[in-house]
Amino acid sequence: MTIQIRKGKRATEPQCLGSQRSLNSEDLLFPNQTGDSKAAVYFQLSNGRFRPPPAHRLIAHHIVDTIAPIFFRVSRTMWLPLRLTLLLLFLLLSPRALLRSGSAAVVSGEEEEFHEELLLKPLPDRKVLAHFHFHSIAPPSKSNGRHHHLFPKAISQLVQKFRVKEMELSFTQGRWNYERWGGFDPISSNNAKPPGVELWAVFDVPEDQVDAYWKNLTNSLSGLFCASINFLESSTMYSAPKWSFRITPGRLRYGTLPREAVCTENLTPWLKLLPCRDKAGLAALLDRPSIYKGFYHSQRLYLTSNASVPAETVSGISLEQTLTVVLQPNSPSSSSIHSGESNFQPSWSLSSIFGRKISGKCVLAQSSIVYLQLEKSIFSEQKDNMDNGPNSLASEGFAGGSGFEMSLDPDIVIEEENQSQHKGSSVLYGFWVEKYNESQPFDLGLKWKYPVFWSSRQAPLHASRFLMGSGNERGAIAILFKSANSADSSSGSRHVSDGCELQVDVFQVVPWYIKVYYHSLQIFVDDEAKPIGDFVHKIQVSPSKDKTSPGMMEMLLKLPCDVRSAALTLEFDKGFLHIDEYPPDANQGYDIPSAVISFPSFHSVMHLLSNDSIRKSPLLSRFQEKNRVQSYTEVLLVPLTTPDFSMPYNVITITCTVFALFFGSLLNVLRRRVGEEERYLKAGKKKGWLRVLLSRLLAKLRGKPMEEPDQPSSESAPLIGKKLVLKVILVAVLAVAWQFYST
Amino acid sequence: MPTANTEEENSKSELQKNHGGGGGFTRWAVVAVIFRLALIYFPGNLNLSSRPEVSTPLTSIRRLAEGYWLKQSSMSPYAGSMYHGSPLLLSVLGPLTVKRIEGQPSHILCSLVFVLADLISSILIRATGRKLQIAYRKSLKSLNLLNKSTDSGALSSGDIAALVYLWNPFTIVACVGLSTSPVENLFTILTLYGAATGLAPLAAFGWVMATHLSLYPAILIIPVNLSYSGSWFYPPAPLSPEYTYAPPSKLFRSKEHGKVGDGKSSQEIIFSWRRVFHLLVWTSLWSVYVLVLCSISVKQHGSLQEMFQRTYGFILTVEDLSPNIGVLWYFFAEVFDFFRDFFLIVFHSNILFMILPLAIRLKHRPCFLAFVYIAISSMLKSYPSVGDSALYLGLLGLFLDELADMQFSFFLFCGYVGVSLLSPVMHNLWIWRGTGNANFYYATAMAYACFQIVLVVESVSSMLNHDRKLTKLSTSKLQK
Repeated sequence: MTIQIRKGKRATEPQCLGSQRSLNSEDLLFPNQTGDSKAAVYFQLSNGRFRPPPAHRLIAHHIVDTIAPIFFRVSRTMWLPLRLTLLLLFLLLSPRALLRSGSAAVVSGEEEEFHEELLLKPLPDRKVLAHFHFHSIAPPSKSNGRHHHLFPKAISQLVQKFRVKEMELSFTQGRWNYERWGGFDPISSNNAKPPGVELWAVFDVPEDQVDAYWKNLTNSLSGLFCASINFLESSTMYSAPKWSFRITPGRLRYGTLPREAVCTENLTPWLKLLPCRDKAGLAALLDRPSIYKGFYHSQRLYLTSNASVPAETVSGISLEQTLTVVLQPNSPSSSSIHSGESNFQPSWSLSSIFGRKISGKCVLAQSSIVYLQLEKSIFSEQKDNMDNGPNSLASEGFAGGSGFEMSLDPDIVIEEENQSQHKGSSVLYGFWVEKYNESQPFDLGLKWKYPVFWSSRQAPLHASRFLMGSGNERGAIAILFKSANSADSSSGSRHVSDGCELQVDVFQVVPWYIKVYYHSLQIFVDDEAKPIGDFVHKIQVSPSKDKTSPGMMEMLLKLPCDVRSAALTLEFDKGFLHIDEYPPDANQGYDIPSAVISFPSFHSVMHLLSNDSIRKSPLLSRFQEKNRVQSYTEVLLVPLTTPDFSMPYNVITITCTVFALFFGSLLNVLRRRVGEEERYLKAGKKKGWLRVLLSRLLAKLRGKPMEEPDQPSSESAPLIGKKLVLKVILVAVLAVAWQFYST
Repeated sequence: MPTANTEEENSKSELQKNHGGGGGFTRWAVVAVIFRLALIYFPGNLNLSSRPEVSTPLTSIRRLAEGYWLKQSSMSPYAGSMYHGSPLLLSVLGPLTVKRIEGQPSHILCSLVFVLADLISSILIRATGRKLQIAYRKSLKSLNLLNKSTDSGALSSGDIAALVYLWNPFTIVACVGLSTSPVENLFTILTLYGAATGLAPLAAFGWVMATHLSLYPAILIIPVNLSYSGSWFYPPAPLSPEYTYAPPSKLFRSKEHGKVGDGKSSQEIIFSWRRVFHLLVWTSLWSVYVLVLCSISVKQHGSLQEMFQRTYGFILTVEDLSPNIGVLWYFFAEVFDFFRDFFLIVFHSNILFMILPLAIRLKHRPCFLAFVYIAISSMLKSYPSVGDSALYLGLLGLFLDELADMQFSFFLFCGYVGVSLLSPVMHNLWIWRGTGNANFYYATAMAYACFQIVLVVESVSSMLNHDRKLTKLSTSKLQK
């Protein structure tokens, strides 16, 4: 057993998660109050295997952490030696405990597991897909209580507290290019996500409490991932799809934030959930600049918990963290050698893509494998090119005569069994990372010898969505389906006869200020307007309520298999918001979240030759699961009209003035008395007394006190004057006194 | 003779050319209907049904169609915030919105319904005008002033009012633009007609339906009561609406004084509570009937409470802030949320505050009182449209003779024309081109509100002056 104590620069990470302190082994990274360095202690067993520290060791850690502040207060300099002695103390105890826990693990199998895997795949348009897959499993256990060895405590608390049965959270930047990067394989169905944040969760609570749990969950996730997921709390932002989003929805809530910018502050908390963070293992490849300069970047967190465990036991949780990036390899060697030959795939290596190499596995991981996935069609093409290509697809054959060269020999070659057709199936080369260490880092490189072409497998229909109309009053949303392979029919429709149907599920959420007229739904099949009933098999709509809930549409279309194109249009009116409801950049427009298009009769499965190593690998077993083919459409940007934001006071005053004008002038008209005028008319008959009567009328108009205007005023004037003078003097005295005492 | 409101100047000048009387009206009414049909069959899309001036959230046919669609797909028509109208209207007009006839423009059946509603409205206005005219002559005769009122050979004020209603561009636009306001106007006019002819069931039915459709006609219960209850005491039945058009009561009383020994007693103008009760019984009967119908039509997917929330609640709380020709939308889009409730109360009570003073001063002219109420509510309502203006402009024609001396009539005519031309321009600049600003459109709405205020105030003032003049004339005659 070797103990390796490493001191390194403390990563400059945004510390927005003050409270996230899990009792993982990663907590061996001591918080060091004295400086900016961080002491990292790694336990590495001599035989390369690792067992997580048993419970009593964790308790010792706990004691260290709890008593630390006390000692820290006593003496700052004494603290570090003290910690080291405590460490040594429990290390002396460890071998026995280790043996015990090891034997227990063999018997019960209730160990927490962590697997890390990386899938690399060259894409047809000269880019490289890197798909990181980290899988943590916490089995249901009574013994450990709330403590975990490897599993992130923050996630387990989340699951316990909010009764989450299943949850998926994804942060995505960029848009998955379904046409070039594939729309049928498991990665595009599971890992291609809409831009921004997407969150859905299934809860294990009664139906009436789901909303409350959802709101709490969004707030916690918001804190955990430094993102504005808490905006999903508002009932205008989430919806409850019934059947189109997932086949077995349960108590599902779904919400997206298309505008959310995803960056390193979201990645860092995500990495913190890994036992080794990005300090060791495959995650060490995640160099921030090289990831974020890619074309597509999606980090995802998917967890399931078996909630059907009896009370008092902690439910088992399976946490799947994936990071999918599409990068442009930019190797100088290939460009210099094959300059001018643009049809050459660029050669690349891990170090050229990420700027880093893998220096060994994360010691806490049970498996650490890098896969390289290549399409089988490459080989057939090479066979045509070379005329004497190898017939078998054995690894030796590739290394020898094929058009590419790997810098390392694969440890395992897995072939996809696809009986139905040759196209689209692929070959996986596996590399065990544990064989490599710091002195001999893992740096897989791929070099192409000949130009190769292939195309990714497409979903039966390619879906895109766009807006129609101009102006800020109304418009229409159109979803357009185009047959992906017009020449040869897709695999799903080949085996069925002419009367076959292609099922398409459409799930679309629109915010409430896009007021969709669902009765205006029109369907065009092969550019001809068709009655809706012929193709829409099932439709469910929950119309939007102003400032309360978004509009949601679920639709099951049944299109003929030989359809070339189909389009759906829906008209809408644009709403007008209150001045406070506009975001700061109101003129940028509003996003309509992506629609989810799925094909229930198509499943993206990789039929791999069953192998022992496959069963162990969570990534490959995930690929072998039956998932329906799913794709997301574009996010639409809808400009909305804005009022004048600077004018509230003007509007209020002008409107009130108009109202006052109405009220005052109408009352004035009504108040004018007829009686006076009649009397005036009567007075007018007697012409001689006209003047007298006029003056009397005027006097009456003014009221009784003024009946005799002249005499009293002349007398009272001096009196008033005296009083006035007195008052003025009083006020002046008061003012002077105030001035004097206040200063 | 200067015309009272210049809106009808065109039609009147044209009308005066043919001294046909009833024949002239029929001819022009037929032409108006043909003109509407021509507009409906106009090949280009006029897009009138989505104009903010024509269709408000309450009267839009597209929203009605959406409500019907929701109802057909077994949901409450009030689910979502689309439909805010009556469930009865939905059951009548809803099936017509989906029915398409080959080769005809869409919504052709609805258009025909609205054209029919307009035609019936104008006929009812004409009948009301006739009754008022008879009553006017009668009362003038009883005051011995008939020789003063010149019998022009032209059409009577009822015919003119009906033609003004039919030929008003606002009415035409509201009818062709498929807003439901022609139907609402029809029931309001039916109320007035029932009250003027002394038919309590008809008046009560019109009032209940109009209130059910758009809430604001609720205040018409006062003029309807005044009109109906006052008309009881005139002995011959055909002359019963005399009270609906009568000079101030004081005048009659003084006249009775002058002619002592006449058979009529002074009780003729006493407000009859029995008649009020009679009317109220009919009102409550019809209300119950309408409520039962509503509850039958909404019971499958909703409740009456939801209906009231979605219709009356929507009107009173001004939830929809989309621009219209009123002033409240921009006010409530800009006002601070804290004061929202306060201003809601203030603006709605502005209508209510004026009820009593107007009722006191104009109680001898219930029909004119109804006109003023309609004008005020169409000016201050939450979601006004040109259909509402069309109604009060049409009714204004009924009082042509009395309002002959109205001031600013040319100014008002120019104002109405100017605003109705400028407002679409400003809307286009703001919404479609993005070069304008919300304030421009709001300014036209403001100007429109001001013109309406001037119209109401001036008409009330000139009506009161007219009564004063009558008083003066009769007193001077009595003096002689």
